[in-house]
Amino acid sequence: MESKRASFEGALEALGVTVASTTESELEAAVTEAVTEPAVGVPPDEAVADEAFSLTETPVTVDPTPVALREATTGVTEAELGIGDYGSLVLSMTDQASELVSLFVERHVAILYEEDIQPDMDAAVAELDERFNETGESAIIATGPSATADMGALVKGAHGPKEVHVIIVEEEA
Amino acid sequence: MATADEIRELMRTEGAAIAENTQGFNTGRYDSVSDLEDYEDLKRAARSIKEDAIAELPDLLDQLTETVEANGGSVYIADDAADANEYIRDVADERAADRAVKSKSMTSEEIEVNEALEADGVDVVETDLGEWVLQVADEAPSHIVAPAIHKSRESIAELFNERFDPDEPLETAEELTHFAREKLGEQIIDAEVGITGANFIAADTGTMALVTSEGNARKTVAATDTHVAVAGVEKVIPTVADLHPFIELIGRSGTGQDITSYVSLLTPPVDTPVVDFTDDETPLSEFDSDRDFHLVLIDNGRLEMRDDEQLRETLYCIRCSACSNSCANFQSVGGHAFGGETYSGGIATGWEAGIEGLDVAEEFNDLCTGCTRCVNACPVGIDIPWINTVVRDRINRDKDAPGEWLVDGLTPDEEDDGAPLQKRFFGNFETVAKLGSATAPVSNWLAETTLARQTMARVLGIDPRRDLPTFERQTLVDWAAARDSQITNPERRAVLYPDLYTNHVQVERGKAAVRVLESLGVDVVVPPAPSSGRAPLSQGMVSTATDHAERVTEILEPHIEDGRDVVVIEPSDHAMFTREYERLLDEPAFTDIAANSYEVFEYLFGLLDNGASTDSLSTVTGAEIAYHSHCQQRTLGLEAHTVAVLEACGYDVVTSDVECCGMAGSFGYKSDYYELSMDVGDRLRTQLRDDGVQDRPVVASGTSCLEQIDALLERQPRHPIELLAT
Repeated sequence: MESKRASFEGALEALGVTVASTTESELEAAVTEAVTEPAVGVPPDEAVADEAFSLTETPVTVDPTPVALREATTGVTEAELGIGDYGSLVLSMTDQASELVSLFVERHVAILYEEDIQPDMDAAVAELDERFNETGESAIIATGPSATADMGALVKGAHGPKEVHVIIVEEEA
Repeated sequence: MATADEIRELMRTEGAAIAENTQGFNTGRYDSVSDLEDYEDLKRAARSIKEDAIAELPDLLDQLTETVEANGGSVYIADDAADANEYIRDVADERAADRAVKSKSMTSEEIEVNEALEADGVDVVETDLGEWVLQVADEAPSHIVAPAIHKSRESIAELFNERFDPDEPLETAEELTHFAREKLGEQIIDAEVGITGANFIAADTGTMALVTSEGNARKTVAATDTHVAVAGVEKVIPTVADLHPFIELIGRSGTGQDITSYVSLLTPPVDTPVVDFTDDETPLSEFDSDRDFHLVLIDNGRLEMRDDEQLRETLYCIRCSACSNSCANFQSVGGHAFGGETYSGGIATGWEAGIEGLDVAEEFNDLCTGCTRCVNACPVGIDIPWINTVVRDRINRDKDAPGEWLVDGLTPDEEDDGAPLQKRFFGNFETVAKLGSATAPVSNWLAETTLARQTMARVLGIDPRRDLPTFERQTLVDWAAARDSQITNPERRAVLYPDLYTNHVQVERGKAAVRVLESLGVDVVVPPAPSSGRAPLSQGMVSTATDHAERVTEILEPHIEDGRDVVVIEPSDHAMFTREYERLLDEPAFTDIAANSYEVFEYLFGLLDNGASTDSLSTVTGAEIAYHSHCQQRTLGLEAHTVAVLEACGYDVVTSDVECCGMAGSFGYKSDYYELSMDVGDRLRTQLRDDGVQDRPVVASGTSCLEQIDALLERQPRHPIELLAT
């Protein structure tokens, strides 16, 4: 557990992605600290039923209008998986519009449960293979901010976010 | 064929940007794959998945169609470009679309869907920033991954400032990117139809993988209610799990990124709500995700390629561009010269021959020198030079046989369906060399006369600026026949293969090789032998090359049976024996010669490794030397052996790492390519003139490398074996 988390964090650092650790009870505080307003978001699946970390006590507008989304600086969504060797995040495409919230913003804040960190790409693809076969869903393997070199130099933030921040949610002691 | 003038013009206008970008990608590839512990295993896995998928293609297409339709999408298998475009136009028409946004896809370039939709009044907007630059400039892509690789930041800024007249002139890459993002962002959210390609499509779930870095493919799909994915039929693989090696390899192979920012794994239609971006009342989740999905799979010649033993491998291509980036000629001219109507780089010959025809492939096929630098770069192990050779052969046979009167006599073993005169001259160089040696020094004097050079330039296209080889009167075989072996109680016994150049031109390196082998206790024979067939093979004369291969085998086989090792000085001939002969000979004959052949320094390395001592060789203490290995030697992993042996003999060795010297046999002699050859050579010259290298004597393994370095530098290069002979 420790080694895949360490390799995941090392890979994120190499990508220029910042990381914070928290617990479920401190999640809202961590999100509040991580966002640049205006912020919009989709709460993590696990949190929907529980008001304590459904982002209600944060400056994040949950389920915003399209116009609010376009005006937002930060988008907060959950990441389904982390991939240790690449520092990638697996983002799902939900009917809550997680895809829009993670993409149409300058800063993406991803909430990742520590237990969802996979050691490597091989394990992550095996897991996705299983899920897709069961549910027919879709996902994005996102690694670092969006980028382009088409204009003569590497520029972060081409069509998607130029900053990514990961909040790792650890189990309560 | 790109003319010398066109090539010169492209080198002047686009060369600098292309060189900088492709070399950056290529260096990135080396760095990135060196971090992969299981790189070769991943390549083997990728190759095997594609082999099986193409073998099972009809069944996979049926399975995929069933899956996508069960998911709620439609599948259309289009025979050709017109068929595909008709379908896509109907989709746009039914949706009453005013605008389609497109994420970069080579297949959509292949069918020219933009023009088809625009004819119906649909505004088609490219969302990949590089593609958009080209759309604004009205230019064609010059690279399959980075389409605007030939444009510098300055030229893009000039284009944007002129075209859009912004309040503040745009200058930096950040400003240009931000401007494009804003401009395209508005158009994406306003579009009805999103068109993407698909890098891979898994038949079991209908999941498609889209590999991008900008996020434009994600937006193209998420912001529209009608998704059209356009892909060649060859993109289908069996399962989602099969994506694994490709995800690890594609970015690394192409641009040297460990992975691109986004790999979208979409099982359309996707659940993301279709929203009205001007709505300030309705929460996102209250929009429904009513989205149409159309998968348009294009045949356009691919199923015929699948039945073509030689072109089939082209279908394994994952469009990563490693073959372009590792190609020395591509690094100089880019895809506007080295490409056809759609595809560019090494693999483009296979694609264009398959989907467009030989006439299109012919326009750039000769720019592949067969150096094989792309072979190890290709993540699915496609033998790209072989495909180019086969297509060259087919092009040759498509032509009428020219000028019998001139090459008769020079070309006793010419092919029945004649290659062009110039190709036959170079392909049958063995005959020229025999005649040259037999009549030296008169032949050397004669060849250098103005009249002869003018005639060679006019009739054969041999550039007058290139020095011709000087033939030796006494061949290596004659020299060896006139002396007795110095070995009485041999450690090993070898047959030294007298390649064309060593036998007739570079005789000194042959003598040195014999002496060095003998001083290490090896009994050496040098029998007369035909040339390996490298020369005709380079010209696409496959049956002549096969004939050479069979005659070489006849000569060497008894020696091998007699327990002798085959030692080869010329790396391109060693590569023939251990690589290309697999295509030309039956399996037992190939295996026998391949298993028993050694490049000369590989052989020395083995002798030293097995206990032979350097005491009997000419050694030094720390003398500095610069070594340029040979393309095919590097592909076979044999550069290190020369370096190791030189170091064991006391040399301090620096090596060049440019992809190629630019000569590649006959290529550098041809007037059409002379300047390109020198442009490529300039990169090697720069390395050999670097601080700390500029005073070092230069050694090189290949004949054409030696000739090119001789033309590039004041310092005359030698074969490294000449340093070791006492």
